[in-house]
This record gives sequence, structure tokens and C-alpha cells, in this order.
Amino acid sequence: MTSADSTNETPIFEALKVAIRAESPVALATVIEGPNTGAKLLVAPGETSQGTLGTKDLDRVVERDVLGELASGRSGIRHYGENGEAREEAVSVFIESFAPPPQMLIFGAVDFTAALARVAKILGYRVTVCDARPIFATTQRFPMADHVVVDWPNRLLEDVGDSLGERDAVCVLTHDNKFDVPAITHALDTAVGYIGVMGSRKTHDGRTNRLREAGVDDAGLDRLRSPIGLDLGARTPEETAISICAEIIALRTGRTAPKPLRDTEGAIHQTRNFHP
Amino acid sequence: MRELLNDLDRWQKKGKKVALARVVDLEGSGPRLPGAAMAVNEDGEVVGSVSGGCVEGAVVVEALEVIESGERRTVTFGYSDDEAFAVGLTCGGTIHLFLEPLDW
Repeated sequence: MTSADSTNETPIFEALKVAIRAESPVALATVIEGPNTGAKLLVAPGETSQGTLGTKDLDRVVERDVLGELASGRSGIRHYGENGEAREEAVSVFIESFAPPPQMLIFGAVDFTAALARVAKILGYRVTVCDARPIFATTQRFPMADHVVVDWPNRLLEDVGDSLGERDAVCVLTHDNKFDVPAITHALDTAVGYIGVMGSRKTHDGRTNRLREAGVDDAGLDRLRSPIGLDLGARTPEETAISICAEIIALRTGRTAPKPLRDTEGAIHQTRNFHP
Repeated sequence: MRELLNDLDRWQKKGKKVALARVVDLEGSGPRLPGAAMAVNEDGEVVGSVSGGCVEGAVVVEALEVIESGERRTVTFGYSDDEAFAVGLTCGGTIHLFLEPLDW
């Protein structure tokens, strides 16, 4: 790339680093085959793109495609003519999307919360722990969380609900109807991809009745993963956290083994350990 | 890329020449998706990975050549590639890597 107008700009890699660290959506298009191999275009929604792939027409077409790929978090190769023509293969462009990390909101500052927050961090989530009780919702108890919020779950959801999408998760671990029901009804008002709710079979049945009384319909109840997690026989907070995160992964990939707890009956916890 | 940034900053501060290798395409079974990245500096230090550990050694050799020559290249590893038999992916997949100097 030899365009003279790029000399006054921040180098592309520097701009890319800033965006990645700020966790704002950005994508990098690189010519990997064809004229100007190595040329780059850095694209962010709502901002002027930086760099060039060779011609203005190619930049314009690729920019449009990049924004589409970024919105769905995909990375891959696309082919174009030298001026961005479709169905031509003169130029191969690798589009790499850097979508912001998905969010996980965990309601309830309980024993299971710390373990779930830890596993979620390993999986790359931005984790928020929220509980209305200030003595439990502290950064000392949840140092691994990105945010610890002392508030009612429904109020937090009123604030951040619009930012939740398909890749995000809400985990309701309070198993207290006073907190659960408003948290769930507000989570159902968002586009969040996963809503998991903790509780025994008995708690689940009672809560389902309360949710119906609160106006939640069958479609709403069907969106809930309740009781939360896959039927792994998880016992400890850490095992339970794995079972929850495994359910989130399986939901995303469309796989179903082992069965979700919501599709099985009987005790959630093993009453004794099975060692081979 | 995200996980490489701190090391890349450190290398850049020291003025090290660096090559970046990114998975750009994957056919069949493979552990890492497009975007998986590793970086190699002129001293042969490595961060990141592009497979399950199967081809990283060969990528280091390619990356050092890219640092030396300053030229970008595309490299393919897989069972079907005769040249890659020695360092192919045991999973049977094929990965395409794009290597370039980190000078942009």
C-alpha cells in the first residue's frame, strides 16, 4: 500500500489495538491475494474507514460487506474484481471481525455466582454481577467480575436491556421469587439469547406459576432455561458453572447432548459420587 | 489477536521486527477458526497459536523467513498437501494462513 494520504493517519495497527482494547466493534480487511497484497481497510460502524485496498470502488464494496460480517461476528475470505465487482476473483480479501465480547448478567450474589463468573470470564464474557443486597454484592466477593452492581435486577435490565442480543446471557441465580420474577419478566423484554434460571424442581414449579400470574405466556416460558444448566449431575458451584456454560454453548451450536435439565425429570444433583 | 496485544506492544517498544500469521481459511476439521493468530519476533519468540499445536513449529520457520525477506505469503497445511506431510494437521483438516510483516 503506497497511498500518500495515509501518512497523516494513525497507523492501522495502532487504531485496531485501540478499538480492540476499548471493546468497540471493528473489522480489518486485508488483501491476501491479487494486486496490493497486504493492503488494509479498517472499518468501524458509524466511522470513516481507514486505509485503502487499492481503489475507491473496491473499498466501498468491501466496507459494506465488512459491516455485515462484523454485525454477525464472522471472519472469512471474500473475492472481488479489482474494482469490487461481484462474481470475480481478481482480489481475495480476508475480513476479520472483532466483535465486542458477549455480556453475561448474573443476578444473585450467591455461592454459585463466583464460580459462574470465573467460568464465564474464561469463555470471554464481560460479566456483571447484580444483587440488591449491598453486603453480598461486593467487588471483594466477586473480584473476577467486570462490574458488581448493587441494585434490583429489573432496574439494571431497564438500564442495559437494549444492549443485550443473541450472543449475550442472563443467569438468574437468586431463586427468590421477590427478585426472580421481575428479573425474568424484564429479561424476556430484551433480545438476550440465553435466559437461565436456577432452582430446584419445586422452586421451578412455584416460579412458573408466579410468572404466569405476572403475565408471561407459553412462548416466554419456553425461552427460559429453567432449571438452569445441562443434566451433568453437577454438584459443586464450579461443576454447576460448567453445566450452565455448557448449556449456553450447546444452545448456540444447536447440539443437545447431554439433555438439558429442563427436558429431564428427577433429582438435579447426584445423591452419591460415581467414581469409575 | 486480542490475546497478543500486550506482547506485541512489548516487542514494538523494543523495536523488534515481527511477523504476524493469521488463519484465513479452514477446510474440514480444525481446532482454530479464521482469525486465530500467532506472532513471531526476530529473536524467534512466539505468542499465540493457529492450530492445536500441530503446525506452530513450521509456522515459526515461515514467519522468520517473512521477517527476513519482508514479503507476505500464504501457507497451507493439511493432509492433502504433499509438502505438509511432515507437519500436517492430525485432525485431517486443512488450514490456510496469511503471513505478513507487522509493519502497518
